[in-house]
Amino acid sequence: MQDVVIKTDKLTKRFGDFTAVSEITFEVCKGEIFGFLGANGAGKTTAMRMLIGLSKPTSGSAMVAGFDVYKQTENIKKNIGYMSQKFSLYEDLTVLENIRFYGAIYGLSDAQIKTKSDELVTRLGLQNEAKKLVASLPLGWKQKLSFSVALLHEPKIVFLDEPTGGVDPVTRRQFWDLIYAASDNGITIFVTTHYMDEAEYCNRISIMVDGKIEALDSPGNLKKQFNTDSMDDVFYELARGAKRVE
Amino acid sequence: MVTANNLVKTYGKKNEILAADRVSFSVNEGEIFGLIGPDGAGKTSLFRMLTTLLLPDSGSASVAGFEVVKDYRQIRNTIGYMPGRFSLYPDLSVEENLNFFATVFGTTIQENYDLIKEIYVQLEPFKKRRAGKLSGGMKQKLALCCALIHKPTVLFLDEPTTGVDPVSRKEFWEMLKRLNAQRITILVSTAYMDEATLCDRIALIHSGKILSVDTPANISASYPDKLFAVKANNMSALLKALAQFPKIISSYAFGEFAHISVKNNEENIENELKNFLEKSGMENIEIKPINASVEDYFIKLLK
Repeated sequence: MQDVVIKTDKLTKRFGDFTAVSEITFEVCKGEIFGFLGANGAGKTTAMRMLIGLSKPTSGSAMVAGFDVYKQTENIKKNIGYMSQKFSLYEDLTVLENIRFYGAIYGLSDAQIKTKSDELVTRLGLQNEAKKLVASLPLGWKQKLSFSVALLHEPKIVFLDEPTGGVDPVTRRQFWDLIYAASDNGITIFVTTHYMDEAEYCNRISIMVDGKIEALDSPGNLKKQFNTDSMDDVFYELARGAKRVE
Repeated sequence: MVTANNLVKTYGKKNEILAADRVSFSVNEGEIFGLIGPDGAGKTSLFRMLTTLLLPDSGSASVAGFEVVKDYRQIRNTIGYMPGRFSLYPDLSVEENLNFFATVFGTTIQENYDLIKEIYVQLEPFKKRRAGKLSGGMKQKLALCCALIHKPTVLFLDEPTTGVDPVSRKEFWEMLKRLNAQRITILVSTAYMDEATLCDRIALIHSGKILSVDTPANISASYPDKLFAVKANNMSALLKALAQFPKIISSYAFGEFAHISVKNNEENIENELKNFLEKSGMENIEIKPINASVEDYFIKLLK
């Protein structure tokens, strides 16, 4: 069987009497592209924050990259990459400075940083932009760079929180090429998106409604289960039942 | 109702950033007009020029018969504007914000309540809550109410659905359709290509330039090549294989299928492609001719 790299059992987070995440149980395998879907306010961000060691669960258990989300959060952080739409890179640093900064944070040696920088800049075709401030790059390039930076320390899993929002359709697809390449190299991808066409690019997806995982399967099987040929319908069918006013 | 004539806007010390590059288009009364383009295309700069918040470098524009530079006061009284970034008073309550905007425009909530009623009832349970403490979806509804409270003739909505989930997006568009039915002209920008079909007419915009203005149907129909949807057992491998197909113009993922375009005069291309993919080791191959969507057209223009 394939290696399981994320495993949760009844993972729950409450804030006072509000249950943001309610007993979610699932597994993600090595190299898998796992889409984590749900309406705004369904509990995706809270769940993700527990998985990356930023928020302590109220109850239940979870192992991420072989480490416990209660006790081994520092080990988790060393073994995962994270990129969000809202914050990714330092706008006032250049491309190379950002790479250097993150490389150093993750404890890479100067020699490693040098090699990785060259490799990354070449792969993304950023040779002419390497010494420019990140602020001057188009959003799509920033996102591609940000993803590559999240991979610098060769993590086992990368968490992507709406990485392609607002990105043009061509760059959005280039971004997914990077995701596929990482997955081919055995890196697990855990991604949230509001684009239903991107849900189709995932091996499996889960859909959260009101803090619970209401569906989990491959896009093909989910469409069969809901008797439709569009992911939009599946999502709509599940999410419109939401009681929670976010 | 809205006309832009060769609008130019540049930023930077040497005017090196071209946010609007001789932009011209016009919006008819009663239309839902969509400005469709990715982040950084120049949509917000255009909106800010049309709503009199930013001076163009050159060119001219008018809204509801008024010039954006000369008659800015009249325009501000006539239009509603909902910026992309939340811009209400976070320390005022829901009710106070709405009252504030009504008063500034010399009206009352009661006077135009009909227009906002349907949206406002969803906010009413929270009317004493500070606007800053509302969820994203609620903030957006309040912002829309505030933009409507003086019964504008033209409504400018800058990326109202960015970061919004598919269900809420659908509801938001249903709301727009009902406002539009009350004869409000709507100019809306979005980075979601699938929302293009919900507009009466659209302008595709990229890097400060308008690429095309037409109805969504005409834009799709003007796609110049033959387009097919292709499916196989493995998308990543399929895309790699398609890139090697000799007669291909372009290929890219599109949901569960890959879309590929070939020259219009290619005959029997389906069989040829099928054989090619089988030789490349693909299984469960499915190929069907399709009509282009606005997104296909946009990708064609960018490549």
